[in-house]
Amino acid sequence: MSSVPSSPSSPSSPSSPLHLAVALDGTGWHPASWREPVARPRDLLTAGYWADLVGEAERGLLDFVTFEDGLGLQSSHFLDPDERTDQVRGRLDAVLIASRVAPLTRHIGLVPTVVATHTEPFHISKAIATLDYVSTGRAGLRVQITARPNEAAHFGRRTIPRIEGYDSPDTRDLVGDLFDEAADHVEVVRRLWDSWEDDAEIRDVATGRFIDREKLHYIDFQGGHFSVKGPSITPRPPQGQPIVSALAHDTVPYRLVARQADIGYVTPHDSEQARAIVAEIRAEQETAGRADELLHIFGDLVVFLDDDPAEAAARRERLDALAGAPYTGDARVFTGTPAQLADLLQDLASAGLTGFRLRPAVAGHDLPAVTRGLVPELQRRGAFRRSYEADTLRGLLGLARPANRYSRVA
Amino acid sequence: MSKPLKQIHLAAHFPGVNNTTVWSDPEAGSHIEFSSFAHFARTAERAKFDFLFLAEGLRLREQGGKIYDLDVVGRPDTFTVLAALAAVTEHLGLTGTINSTFNEPYEVARQFASLDHLSGGRAAWNVVTSWDAFTGENFRRGGFLPQGERYSRAKEFLATAHELFDSWQGDELLADRASGTFLRDAKAGAFVHTGQHFDIHGQFNVPRSPQGRPVIFQAGDSDEGREFAASDADAIFSRYATLEEGQAFYTDVKNRLAKYGRRHDQLKILPAASFVLGDTDGEAEEIAKEVRRQQVSGATAIKHLEFVWNRDLSSYDPDGPLPDIDPDLGEHHIARGRAQVRMYRDPLATAREWRERAAANNWSIRDLVIETGNRQNFVGSPATVAKTINDYVQADASDGFILVPHITPTGLDTFADQVVPLLQEQGVFRTEYEGPTLRDHLGLAHPDDARGERAAS
Repeated sequence: MSSVPSSPSSPSSPSSPLHLAVALDGTGWHPASWREPVARPRDLLTAGYWADLVGEAERGLLDFVTFEDGLGLQSSHFLDPDERTDQVRGRLDAVLIASRVAPLTRHIGLVPTVVATHTEPFHISKAIATLDYVSTGRAGLRVQITARPNEAAHFGRRTIPRIEGYDSPDTRDLVGDLFDEAADHVEVVRRLWDSWEDDAEIRDVATGRFIDREKLHYIDFQGGHFSVKGPSITPRPPQGQPIVSALAHDTVPYRLVARQADIGYVTPHDSEQARAIVAEIRAEQETAGRADELLHIFGDLVVFLDDDPAEAAARRERLDALAGAPYTGDARVFTGTPAQLADLLQDLASAGLTGFRLRPAVAGHDLPAVTRGLVPELQRRGAFRRSYEADTLRGLLGLARPANRYSRVA
Repeated sequence: MSKPLKQIHLAAHFPGVNNTTVWSDPEAGSHIEFSSFAHFARTAERAKFDFLFLAEGLRLREQGGKIYDLDVVGRPDTFTVLAALAAVTEHLGLTGTINSTFNEPYEVARQFASLDHLSGGRAAWNVVTSWDAFTGENFRRGGFLPQGERYSRAKEFLATAHELFDSWQGDELLADRASGTFLRDAKAGAFVHTGQHFDIHGQFNVPRSPQGRPVIFQAGDSDEGREFAASDADAIFSRYATLEEGQAFYTDVKNRLAKYGRRHDQLKILPAASFVLGDTDGEAEEIAKEVRRQQVSGATAIKHLEFVWNRDLSSYDPDGPLPDIDPDLGEHHIARGRAQVRMYRDPLATAREWRERAAANNWSIRDLVIETGNRQNFVGSPATVAKTINDYVQADASDGFILVPHITPTGLDTFADQVVPLLQEQGVFRTEYEGPTLRDHLGLAHPDDARGERAAS
């Protein structure tokens, strides 16, 4: 199994290799992106659309792509449906999109969003393990919670009260509880991945035994929201443990990243903020007893990329005008040239970020600008790979294949 | 005047966790690696089969309190494999069993609608139910569901999923750049369902898929199961692949359609069937005998007997006579997570009959299990098998068959190369796919046709 010697644990040098991912969502992250001539808004529900985007990302040698998802219709409002008709609405299940494109690609990692609230960790575990099989070792997941009352109503199994004030104790309790549940969810998913030892299938014709059942393990998870017996029905996936990642904006999610993830996506707006976030996550990582494990911290940026910086800024203004409001979000919005973005990424990397997840403002424009503009620029600077150096996503990220927690030492 | 020839429907079940798969054969490959599924699917598509079928399991089977280790153990996730197979096939239908007990309608409906989009209209759902606490231990819901509520929940689950599929008409996505209108109707996907099992409302987030809804399969055999199929299913995955049993089942289920206002051809009956091919009928019989020995080892024979006896019989010699003790009639505890357990409703009578047959034929335990468990439906030369399959379909024993080879993943190859051309020569099986969707292959109407409008997509 491939593991990569170069560890990005000392990112202080401006030319040390960066990891690059793109976040795919509809026609792009700008709400008016679907109105661009290059956008393909009528193809969003087809396999060909996603195959083209992921193929482009793979030609750019990117580490992986993520696929956004949700258990309700998209909304510009944080908590409620918005009933807007001027933005992209409707989407396909992210795990199935990732699986659909897996046989069409060979190197790039595939990381669908998985909502931990309302879903079954048993199903998620075998789905991502299977994505790892169909992609021969390129699967991951991006875990997310939902505090939307309308999405809870789609399942009808519990009521999630509407958050009124973000700083109220009730909100903190609710969000803390949802993140605790997500941490349990990931814990179950991970235990199930390990519930088969790698050599459990023996096909011993002499004794007629297909498996050595001593190498299958009940996980016996008991938590506040659910309990799961195990073992998985799906054998341990090729990577052993596919990649777990999460987007985090605050201490509670930072803790989830520090406890359970291989990659955290964070949203600093400058290198000073990046340094502070990295310090907080590293401290949580130490508290979680994982100080010696490689945990990537990726910066998220929305990008408008053009060869002329004025063109990129003008494009943003034009789209903002169409949308009726300036685009803002959780992540910094960058407009400029590939070279300017390379400068920014190297500056942020010097603050301790080990990679970046770029959110193309317009998928059809800014994704090719990343793969054909930014990537060559970073390559010239010796800061990005010139060919895929590993066959698995763990390998690309410099993560070793982990030992199975249930294996007995011989 | 003679009846016009019926067109045969053929499908293939990827052989996985069951006691027909011969994993010890040198040719047997992985039942997990995607390359196995891709090979199998490509063979089925080369043969112009209607669809590929995947079963599901949500807890590893146990016997005597231990994980069962004699058959193939382990399988990948159904949805994920089917989505990947959509990338390596163009026409083949993609049918998956998904349990309605340990899932929620919103999630399953969006997965099937997504699969239908991503495959260009080739998705089908075999709706099954479960109630047992044993499986429930892997899920949030646990094992609470009373057995009597199985079909009631399944029916409501399916009805709710249909409400979600139908919550989009198919013409809502305008994506009109000039006016800036993406969605014609802000309420697209709106639904409210209030029932005994589900009380949900909101907006479904997957717009209408190419088939409108996936094709619906049903597999239960009880009276309730047959009613459920007659009222709601497009096809039945049945287990009656012999002529007389098949005809009886076919007649019974098709006769139930009228009371739901449905025609005979709106429900396809497709039994699972195994096959063994040889150059001659005699050679096929010889191969079939050898396959049966491979399917039933001595250890497997003892475990099979334990289903009926409901006791630990590990001290018995599989090459010796049947146990003279009687089955334990208490609660069935020996085997968990297996469908076969429920097939022996009167263990005492079964045991008595088996002892008599074994004594009369001088059979050992293993011989008896091989004889009574024989599920080889079509054994013979390609010509014999093609003729038998066609005879059965023309005699209304079924509308076709879901073939279950005993070797993974190459077990379908010979059938595709040698039997299918004979059926095609007889004009009873397609030589080309007529349309892009699974509904087209099965001759089922598009659900939107009734509304007089097709989804604009």
